[in-house]
Amino acid sequence: MTVLAIKGLNVTFSTEGGQLHALKNVSFEVPERRIVGVVGESGCGKSTLINAILGLLADNGSVDAGSITFEGEDLTRLGAARMQELRGQRISTVFQDPMGALNPVLSVGRQMRNIQYRSGRSRNEKDARSEAMLRQVRIPDAQSALAQYPHEFSGGMQQRVAIAMALMMRPALLIADEPTTALDATLEVATIELLQELQQDIACSVLFISHHLGVIAELCDDVVVMYAGEVVERGTTRQVFHAPCHPYTRRLLECDPARQSGRTRHLPTIPGEVPDLRHRPPGCVFATRCDQRVDACDKTPPDVAVAAGHVARCVLAAAR
Amino acid sequence: MSGILEVRDVEVTFETGPLMRRRSILGVAGVSFDLHAGETFAIVGESGSGKTTLARAINGLQDISAGSIRFDEQRIDTLGARLMKPLRRRMSMMFQDPVGSLSPRMKVGNLIAEPFRIHGIVDKDPGVEVPRLLSLVGLTPEFADRYPHQLSGGQARRVGVARAIALNPALIIADEPTAGLDVSVQGEVLNLLNDLRERLGLAMIIITHNLHVVHHVADRMAVMYLGRFVEAGDTDEIFRAPRHPYTAALLSANPEPDPDKARDRIALPAEVPSLLARPAGCEFHSRCPWVAARCKSEAPEFVQGETRKVACHTPLEPGAKPPELEGAQ
Repeated sequence: MTVLAIKGLNVTFSTEGGQLHALKNVSFEVPERRIVGVVGESGCGKSTLINAILGLLADNGSVDAGSITFEGEDLTRLGAARMQELRGQRISTVFQDPMGALNPVLSVGRQMRNIQYRSGRSRNEKDARSEAMLRQVRIPDAQSALAQYPHEFSGGMQQRVAIAMALMMRPALLIADEPTTALDATLEVATIELLQELQQDIACSVLFISHHLGVIAELCDDVVVMYAGEVVERGTTRQVFHAPCHPYTRRLLECDPARQSGRTRHLPTIPGEVPDLRHRPPGCVFATRCDQRVDACDKTPPDVAVAAGHVARCVLAAAR
Repeated sequence: MSGILEVRDVEVTFETGPLMRRRSILGVAGVSFDLHAGETFAIVGESGSGKTTLARAINGLQDISAGSIRFDEQRIDTLGARLMKPLRRRMSMMFQDPVGSLSPRMKVGNLIAEPFRIHGIVDKDPGVEVPRLLSLVGLTPEFADRYPHQLSGGQARRVGVARAIALNPALIIADEPTAGLDVSVQGEVLNLLNDLRERLGLAMIIITHNLHVVHHVADRMAVMYLGRFVEAGDTDEIFRAPRHPYTAALLSANPEPDPDKARDRIALPAEVPSLLARPAGCEFHSRCPWVAARCKSEAPEFVQGETRKVACHTPLEPGAKPPELEGAQ
């Protein structure tokens, strides 16, 4: 079953310089109990995508077309009250900066109790659940941790507390937006392993946003590659990492210094700039930077299914 | 050949806690290394390991409580701000946040000319120098008229590099030069630093927690843990066969973009000890998978081996697996 299905999503922002087409024809699915990674560089629309799902687009932004179906409901048509019911209960989020998610003036226990305001449990039951949850994210001495304030924890622990809070209500979908970016290598790995474990335990789906290809490769079942507000390629992690079909994916993977097995003094790059989204090029959005450009790239590229579940938005993919 | 920079037993102390119960903690606890002209030295470690404090100490932005720092054979840690200022022409710093380190109210041209003004250099014409520096870092002269918020992360980094090399320094200290940059842009900045180092004969200290970056740019590296170097030596050799368990764990924790890559990870307990309560003996023993009785009481020396220095009683042999993994195989 599919937990989240995004179909033909278009999001625009009205800006002083004109309409900014931030997401163009975005489609992908998050199946039940799978971890789907979204990769892409800054400005590719990752955050807009999250905000669109959560119904938190800025006032000048709007969903012009398409649907976001979550457990049978189209989120783009829901009212504010229903959205609020879903957020934190059925869909929850973890962000890059845990301190942004934690209230600095309330103890962790108080915040975790507050999250359970809909549960109808007694105060003691709520606290017991909070404690169990903290233990599950491996916070040492969970009982006394409840009385502590967020600043008393290290960065890695704060992020684990944030994860515990996000998963407290056993949501169907966890959106994790660069949750490990601010952490160091050893903590990053520990957090990924923890997420994997919790995801299986709670049996939720995860939409994992990151620009770190190594983390995506390790954690995710499926990958969605975004560029300039479009999904240029999607498939299982193996399909995309082992047989990338879109030139952008290929170049992006080449750029990762981890892919250079030998030591090199000259690292590959992708020359050029992401186009101004107020003036999208009529054809393929990557054409200006693509080294395999052909005449057909002047027209809107089709979504080509190269294998079961593996789709690339590139005319060249059809020829393969 | 004598080095351009000589750091000996440097300690940095911070005071912390409420007034009546002041305690001092060692942010940097005795670090020594040399740097030669044209060489790149990387300092790697987790946040809070003292990397940035060490960099600030070298640059004179942070007082040291013990040890000495010599630059161009002149002792600099005892110089006051006034005497330090002329030396800053020869030693520049690139700070972490690329956009945040540029004043939002100044145009790029002004930002790049600022070092000349600060150091009262009048024999250089900014009208010539600014375009020259912009082209050195791969930007067109038109960028001089832009404000920092009109730059992408990579472009802001380039402006930071232009400012750092404006006065022809002999040494650049780059604190997390690629943090927050996309992979496709990371390469650009690192290539630029490499090129400049070759063309201008710069010595460089790169501070980072990104090991992939270190591998490609640094000749030598040091791994820092709780304010001390635990392993230092040739980058290639350390990557090939780490000898300190912490280095080995860091290298094994490096996620690689290959879903089928075998990962025999060295798992570390996640909690880094507090600097207020440094563990007795070897300070890494509380997290070390190879811990032995001796490690808990006796601190290992940072000894010079054949090709590198390691602070461990029983340095790892190449390909060593942690005890519990070995049992499982």
